[in-house]
Order: sequence, then C-alpha cells, then structure tokens
Amino acid sequence: MAMTNDTPTISRAGASKDTAVLNLDNSTGYRAFRAGGFGFRRDGYFAHISFPTGNHVMSIDAFLRALMRDVAWGFFYGTVNFDHVVGTVNHYGSVTLFAGAFNDAYTEAGRNHEELFDSAALMDIFKKMLADWTNDGFDPFAAPTETGLAWGSKNGANPNAIGRQRVTAKRMVGLPGDTPVRTDANGFPINRHFADVPQDLPTVEPEPGFENEVSAFNLFAYLSRSDVTWNPSVCSVVGESLFCPTSEEYILPIDHGNDRAEWFLQFSDEIDWDVKDRVTGRPRARVRMKAGDIACMPADIRHTGYSTKRSMLLVWENGSPKIVNLIASGKAPVVPVIF
Amino acid sequence: MTATTKFGSLNAYEKGRVTIINDNPRNYVFSNVFEVADTSAPYERVAVGKNFEYVIEAFRAEGESPWYSAAHDEFVVAMDGEIEVHLVKLDNPDSVVAPDSQGAHRLPGDPKGRKMGKITLRRGHMALLPVGSAYRLRAAKPAAAIMQTILGPETVEKWATICQTKA
Ligand SMILES: [Fe+2]
Repeated sequence: MAMTNDTPTISRAGASKDTAVLNLDNSTGYRAFRAGGFGFRRDGYFAHISFPTGNHVMSIDAFLRALMRDVAWGFFYGTVNFDHVVGTVNHYGSVTLFAGAFNDAYTEAGRNHEELFDSAALMDIFKKMLADWTNDGFDPFAAPTETGLAWGSKNGANPNAIGRQRVTAKRMVGLPGDTPVRTDANGFPINRHFADVPQDLPTVEPEPGFENEVSAFNLFAYLSRSDVTWNPSVCSVVGESLFCPTSEEYILPIDHGNDRAEWFLQFSDEIDWDVKDRVTGRPRARVRMKAGDIACMPADIRHTGYSTKRSMLLVWENGSPKIVNLIASGKAPVVPVIF
Repeated sequence: MTATTKFGSLNAYEKGRVTIINDNPRNYVFSNVFEVADTSAPYERVAVGKNFEYVIEAFRAEGESPWYSAAHDEFVVAMDGEIEVHLVKLDNPDSVVAPDSQGAHRLPGDPKGRKMGKITLRRGHMALLPVGSAYRLRAAKPAAAIMQTILGPETVEKWATICQTKA
C-alpha cells in the first residue's frame, strides 16, 4: 500500500509480527509501545525511541507529524525518515524499521539497527501509538498556526484528525462515482491562505448522452479547500501515472527517500527543498521552486521542503510496482531523464 | 494577514533554481512550464517531466490545434488563459489509433464520430480527454497548459534546451 490501494504487496519471509502495547505511565498518562527491539515512549515534550545499539529523542510535535504521514500513506514509497536517525523503508508487504541505517556516522560507528516487520503488524502498533499520543486539539496534518499544541500530559484524543480517509481518485476527481470535489457543504471551506483563489467552474457543455464523460473541475479551487498539509492524494490517473497534488505549509514532516524518481510541479507560490543523499544523509542540493517550475527528485536522494505561505504542489508519482526492482538491480537509472 | 497567492503566467513568471552542493544540476531536470510554453511553437507538446513511459507535456495553446486521439485517457490542466476543448466520440477508435499505442496521435483530418461536447477551461481547471474520443483545443489568446499523458509521436523532447544545466 502506498498512494493507491491496489499496489501489489510482497510478503517477505522472516517479517516479524512481534509488537506490544506496554504499560501506562501514571505520571504522564501515555502508554509505551514496543516493536521488536524498538521501544517507544512519550512525555510532555519528547518521543523517546530505544533500540539495542542506542537511543534517540525527537520533539513530540515533529514525531507525531511524521508518524501521521507514515500511517496515512501506508509507509509510502521507499524511505520515510522521521529525522536523521529514525524511519521506515517500505517493501510493500513488509517494512523495515530502522535507527541510524541511513546516517553515515551511525553506520560507520556500528550504532545503526534495523528490523523487518510485517506491514500490517507495524501499521497496527503505529496507529495505536498515534491514537494514544495525539491529544485533543492537536492535528498532526494541520499547519502549526491552524492547530493546538502537542505538548503536555495526556489530554483526550483527536480521532477525527488522525482517521481522515485518504483521497484516491480512480480516474479523475468529480467524475460520477469517483471522489467528489470539495465544497463548503461537504466540509471543505477555503483555507485562509487561499482566500484569493478563484472558485469559478469550467464551462462544461456536453451533448446529450455524454454527460458522464465530458467532465472538468477546478483543481486549484479543490486544492484551496484542502484542510491538510503535506498530504499528496491522487486526483487523476493515466495507467500508473498518478497526479497527487497537495497543499503545503511549514515543513514537510519527513525526509522522503524515494525508491523511484518523483516529480514536483509548483502550481502556486514557493517551496524550498533541502536535498540530501538517500543513503548517507550528506547534503547534495537545494531546489527553490516557484510557480510553474517543475523538477525531478532522483531515486538516490532524500528531500524535505519548506513553505512559508501555503502553496499548491503537484506531486507526480509512477506507481508501477516494477520500478523498485529495476532501479535496485541497476536496470533503470536513478534519474529518469539523461540529456 | 491577507495572503496573496502567486500563480505564474505566460507574461509573468519567475523561475527558481537548483543550487548545487554536491551533485549535477541535470539530475533535477529543472524547467518552468511557462517558459517552455512561451518559447515553443503553438501546440508543440514539450515533455517537461518523464517517468518511464509517462510524461507531463507543457504547451502553449494559441489558435486552433490539430485533432488528437490516444488509446488511453489523458488529462489537460490550464495553467494560464482560456482554452476550449472540443470532443468527438470516435465511431471506430481502433482504426484511428492502435489500441496498444501510447501517447497522443495527430489525426490527418477531421475525426469521424458524434460530437461529445465542449469544455472551456481557465486557470487551474482540469479536464478529462477520454479514451475513445478525439479532441481539438482552441485559444483566442495565447494560453499555457500541461498534459498528463504517455510519451507518444507528438511528444517533443528537448531537455538540454529547457533545463538548468549549470550549477
Ligand atoms: Fe517525496
């Protein structure tokens, strides 16, 4: 499972299902969790992650924002780095949970650790952790100025925020029977940063009998009504070519190390991308994208992005399950265009 | 605070850039769809993104396009200006484009089939160009658009011309 629900899954021998919900901490009210040799606990400010070769700490707001993406995207494509130490690698049926595996200082020191899990088992414990650690009023998908705080002791829960259904159009948003357009009436008001985005509809004039096939919608208006940030969702499909536009504000909460090339087309405003090596984490480039700019993220890098004003970004993915093996075996280049 | 959303247009676009630390700028295949549309011939379908067989083409709509058809769905997004899409349901689509072919094919003349209808797109509007149909675009004034499709005989690849090559 990645961007579409029908990506074939590969099960791997030896993928562990050994996870556990642990005790409740009476001083904070949060539960601890275990996945194999990895331990997870939170306090007022931090997520504490332990593993056989070390331990790690992340600010809890950043951890929950990253965990939310990993859960909502079904471990996504390739590597989801929560930060420079902890993350997951999707094998589409099984998933590696790691610490320091993509950090050259950790690997050189032998401080890295990784374990292979059955995807459903790790997903289950991640969902339980996300539910237990997300307090009432904190929405990990929202921009920081649009939501409450993640800090403090256990204070309720926010199941509506973390249980959002992912949008995956089968053909195109707005077609009969496909995912609907967003309106005030179905709970998607225009975001405060996009109040000036025109909401006009395309003029669609079908001849009788072709009402279902002559179809268009206002994609920019659709994106102006997104209630989440950094959450690409499928809006149109040509074979395995997936247009996954999204609205972006503040920081992409993960450092995405894709296992295939991925493209960005900036529809509005501006994003600054920080690009590092996928394996070592060493800086490689910065990419500043303005409206109309299009760029490729090669398959051997990781990237995170920064958007001060909420912006519209087209994320373009090739969902073909064949690509991972082609790139891994050297049969396809890490850059999709050589010129 | 009142935020102002910045879109690009053929007449006013600003480009960002790749700043290299330890890499080759060509690996980012960085271009700008308005610049590509502005500097290419009308309806020249220039690949600005490619992922195996799939492409994003950018083009300038100006006047009337040829008729096109593909053996799969395509999607068009207007990025600037106003573009009319005219659709015809082909009587015999397999005789127009081979069913296993990829990308848009230019038709030699007018398509044989029933009128499906017309769509008028403005900035940010996306339309389906359904399999089994032929389409023609029309723009009274220069407009810019992108196409979600597959690399085909009409796709123009001129990466070295459109992309950033210097660090
Ligand atoms: Fe990404």
